[in-house]
Amino acid sequence: MNKSFSTFNVVSLIIGYAFLYIPILLLVIYSFNESRLVTVWSGFSSKWYGELWQNEELLDAAKVTLQVGLVASTLATILGTIAGVVLTRFGNFTGRILFNGMIYAPLVMPEVIVGLSLLLMFITISVDRGYWTVTLAHTTFSMCYVAVVIQSRLSSFDRSIEEAAMDLGCPPLKTFFLITLPVIMPAVVSAWLLSFTLSLDDLVISSFATGPGATTLPMKIFSQMRLGVTPQINAVSTILIGLVATGVTISSVIRKRQEVRKL
Amino acid sequence: MPEINSQVRQTWAPWNQPDKKPFVRIENLSKTFDDIVVINNISLTIYEGEFFSLLGPSGCGKTTLLRMLAGFETPDAGRIVIDGEDMSNVPPYRRPINMMFQSYALFPHLSVEQNIAFGLKQDRMAKADIQARVEQMLALVKLQGFGKRKPEQLSGGQKQRVALARSLAKNPKLLLLDEPLGALDKKLREETRFELMTIQENLGVTFIIVTHDQEEAMTVSSRVAVMEQGQLAQVATPADIYEYPNSRHVAEFIGAINLFAAQLETVETDRATFRVAGIDLPICTGRSVNAAVGETLWIGIRPEKMRISRTAPEKTGENMLTGEVWDIAYLGNLSVFVVRLDNGKMVRVQWTNRTRSPEADISWNDRVYVSWAADAAMAMRH
Repeated sequence: MNKSFSTFNVVSLIIGYAFLYIPILLLVIYSFNESRLVTVWSGFSSKWYGELWQNEELLDAAKVTLQVGLVASTLATILGTIAGVVLTRFGNFTGRILFNGMIYAPLVMPEVIVGLSLLLMFITISVDRGYWTVTLAHTTFSMCYVAVVIQSRLSSFDRSIEEAAMDLGCPPLKTFFLITLPVIMPAVVSAWLLSFTLSLDDLVISSFATGPGATTLPMKIFSQMRLGVTPQINAVSTILIGLVATGVTISSVIRKRQEVRKL
Repeated sequence: MPEINSQVRQTWAPWNQPDKKPFVRIENLSKTFDDIVVINNISLTIYEGEFFSLLGPSGCGKTTLLRMLAGFETPDAGRIVIDGEDMSNVPPYRRPINMMFQSYALFPHLSVEQNIAFGLKQDRMAKADIQARVEQMLALVKLQGFGKRKPEQLSGGQKQRVALARSLAKNPKLLLLDEPLGALDKKLREETRFELMTIQENLGVTFIIVTHDQEEAMTVSSRVAVMEQGQLAQVATPADIYEYPNSRHVAEFIGAINLFAAQLETVETDRATFRVAGIDLPICTGRSVNAAVGETLWIGIRPEKMRISRTAPEKTGENMLTGEVWDIAYLGNLSVFVVRLDNGKMVRVQWTNRTRSPEADISWNDRVYVSWAADAAMAMRH
């Protein structure tokens, strides 16, 4: 544990992190560039952030993204929590292994496959693609993450407190809302944040599931890239990075705190 | 065997009164988990106001039996009747029973007050009444002023008290306690035992306690059920269990005992004599036994009922063996001598240290006489 780092370790650590984070850092720095050219630095300015507010298309895309994110992660949290509870609390019901596998499968399934199959399904049942199909698609894949988080929380959960509640006259469903849910709330919140973040930056699945009038921010950014990168893209990406980083940080802090409390 | 049922004088013993109706009736209860028989055809009656212990090593099925009473496990066969009502189809939250869990199972997100009030709220009791009852329970377990604390701010002993208060708040007819003192340290455990007894006596609630600690069971119980591999080995008062165990297993599980395999030689109305291989003198018991001459039985003598001396005891009619001191354990209040008898068998003899100088004056390798009164020995078939 208290072994000091060797030079080799330090150098490889620095190179590794540099490889990962220098591009992101550059993107953030150039979002404050005065020049229109993304590769030439000509002085500090926050004008691209200002211009962002004039860009209706980008703002619309941001609005869609946030709406989809809020609805999808809330739905995913509810469904994923139920799935997690079923997997940990209902014993060995018939089809449990199949259900478990089906919950985990989307985690490892290539996004292109998930997106394509969703698209095919939407076409088959002939729904108009747009805001709701994107939301549904996001719910589908983030639900798995929620289920995993809730399942791992519940497997370390002291069941005797649920039994104690029932013993004191509380029926099972009420016990879930009065006892289980409040105790696992931090995990639920952290799962919600996780799915919100996932929804926020999804590009592949959204591209398949979307239709007219429901362009999410990542899709917008990607399509603008084809017309050349403008510093506005840098600015909007910086904001996205900020949002995602905040979400992930809060979610992990909540989980850490919970672990500390359990000790 | 002849030695059954209340040999020791009882003052309060509803289980000996045929007209008394049992409060809890367990009938032919069985439970199997993954092909392992955990509870094997148990029948048991428990009376109102009893402090009843289920005692046994871990894995003997005692906790499963308790959980079936609470309704958390469903029996495979048999039924449980509480206060005249068949509990078979009654879910845990409708049983007139409360349970105190081994882990205490306090609700971590609720304060001490809210924990105690939880069950009362389920009964839709009026707010003011709940408040009064909570105060009363806090006073009962001597935790006044702790109501606003969260469980994580309490010590182990305090948590134990909150758990007790919570399980008693609804004034259950029957309280189940799963190793209630198991998580406390020795000193606190001993103090809490007496408190538990006082509370039980004052409230008159029937207690069923699960424990693996024989001292705890002996101290608190009106009756003890010794469990062994899913069955009841013996159900009797602590004194009866100790002095008149019905099998070797029970005798060995409760306290220490010296056992001899002995052949029955003569049977009279008030005594029986036995012959032990390798020992010249016969061993006799102070009462008759219900067995045929020539049968091999087990003779047991508790270490504290044996005497050790360097000279032959003067009293006649006593059992006497000779041997050599093999080991001595000085425990302060008493000393335990391990004596190697002439036939090679080891026996333990307990000596109470009544004075501060070593009265016994016995040392390693001394030749000693081990003796005991005839009625100190018990005969067991199994």
